[in-house]
Amino acid sequence: MKSEAKTVIIGGGIIGLSIAYNLAKLGAEDVVVLEKSYLGNGSTFRCGTGIRQQFGDEANIRMMKRSVELWKGMKEELGYDVEFKQSGYLFLLYDEEELESFKANVRLQNRFGIPSRIISPDEAKMIVPPLNTEGVIAAAWNHTDGKANPFRAVFAYANAAKKLGVEIYEYTEARDIKVEDGKIRAVLTNRGEIKTGRVINAANAWAPLINKMAGIPVEIPIHPYKHQGIKTEPIKPGQIEPMVISFKHGGVYLTQEANQGGVIGGYELKYGPTYDITPTYEFLRGVSYRFTQLIPALKYVNVIRIWGGFYAETPDHNAAIGRINEVDEFYIAAGFSGHGFMLAPAVGEAVAELIMDGKTDKPLDFYDPYRFERGELRQQAIQMG
Amino acid sequence: MSDSKENIIICRCNDVTQKEIEELIDAGITDIEEIKRLLRVGMGPCQGRTCIPLVIGIIARKTGRKPEDIPVPATRIPTRPVPMGVLAGDCDEE
Repeated sequence: MKSEAKTVIIGGGIIGLSIAYNLAKLGAEDVVVLEKSYLGNGSTFRCGTGIRQQFGDEANIRMMKRSVELWKGMKEELGYDVEFKQSGYLFLLYDEEELESFKANVRLQNRFGIPSRIISPDEAKMIVPPLNTEGVIAAAWNHTDGKANPFRAVFAYANAAKKLGVEIYEYTEARDIKVEDGKIRAVLTNRGEIKTGRVINAANAWAPLINKMAGIPVEIPIHPYKHQGIKTEPIKPGQIEPMVISFKHGGVYLTQEANQGGVIGGYELKYGPTYDITPTYEFLRGVSYRFTQLIPALKYVNVIRIWGGFYAETPDHNAAIGRINEVDEFYIAAGFSGHGFMLAPAVGEAVAELIMDGKTDKPLDFYDPYRFERGELRQQAIQMG
Repeated sequence: MSDSKENIIICRCNDVTQKEIEELIDAGITDIEEIKRLLRVGMGPCQGRTCIPLVIGIIARKTGRKPEDIPVPATRIPTRPVPMGVLAGDCDEE
């Protein structure tokens, strides 16, 4: 392990790796990524695979539009197939109030060039043949949303970063950060000390612990909540291509994996704040009930596993991204509230630009880490699961 | 066949061969959690009951580690595949 590095990124999930790759791409030398377990183990490998631009605010729409552009070119750029597929997102709407709110979202999305639209229940049924449309009055549909393989995406970024000279240390846990006179001096790990002048906190669920190590005096509320996912045995391909969502059924989301063919998803049941991610029987029953309400034929499909993971939540369900002024060269990109995987390409690019160029054309102000302390919470991001 | 390892299926749920596992280890990925997720070995309907001990054997042989030092990936519920309708019927809601 190196004893000195210009930049130390704490967190080997897709956010930390995307930042590492983008920094190296912009010419940063001497970048190190620390991961306390194996790559992706925190939230990335536990996520629901979805990638969507159907948000209800300008910043997330713009960030996700850029992300989707990057997801589309990722196989070519990183030299590894991440199985990105634009299979769409379908929000099922059950009453006038829901419909009005999604109409407003669609108008905003259209303004930024997202081709979302409101469709009829019959059209929804054509997109997802086994769908139960009873009670559905309309749906919000965007065919350019999609999904990708989190496992492959993590390795795509890790390998591309390594090729550009980034060093990645797994099973290497940040234990403390030495700060003197407002300047970072070193990161202490279970494998020794790395002298450095710059730290990027990409630890998501564990980000508050890293902030504390560096003595960050800013209140950045990020709390780890246990959410769970479910996976069924493979079924005939192409039956549930898009991500299907119903807020009327407890924020349930489900889709059929593009290559594996099993149905994957979850719903809003959450526990915490906690660092325990043991799966629960309550989830297994609740998610099975909701899935079979939306897709009755799933009754006959076998569940093969459920697992737990974190939503590192902030009060407005938007991440904290930016520079911390009180400790020179300390940056944070954490608290993604369930949206880190989909946002990672654009976030990596934006944070790397911020560090290397001192500015970015992406709307990072929206994710200002000081907004909590100032009482300037954003509109809550549309969140499911 | 020139290379018999191509024909040795280690994970029969997801058709993963001995060759694919050994190639990944040769490429530097030796953590069972990463091998599992990249190749989907042990992630099919049997949930690793057949293949994980074999994968541990391959990792041990290729890396010189002791099999008992290689952690077994988490076991997930349900213990064996269960139809969703059975689980949904057990739900208290409505």
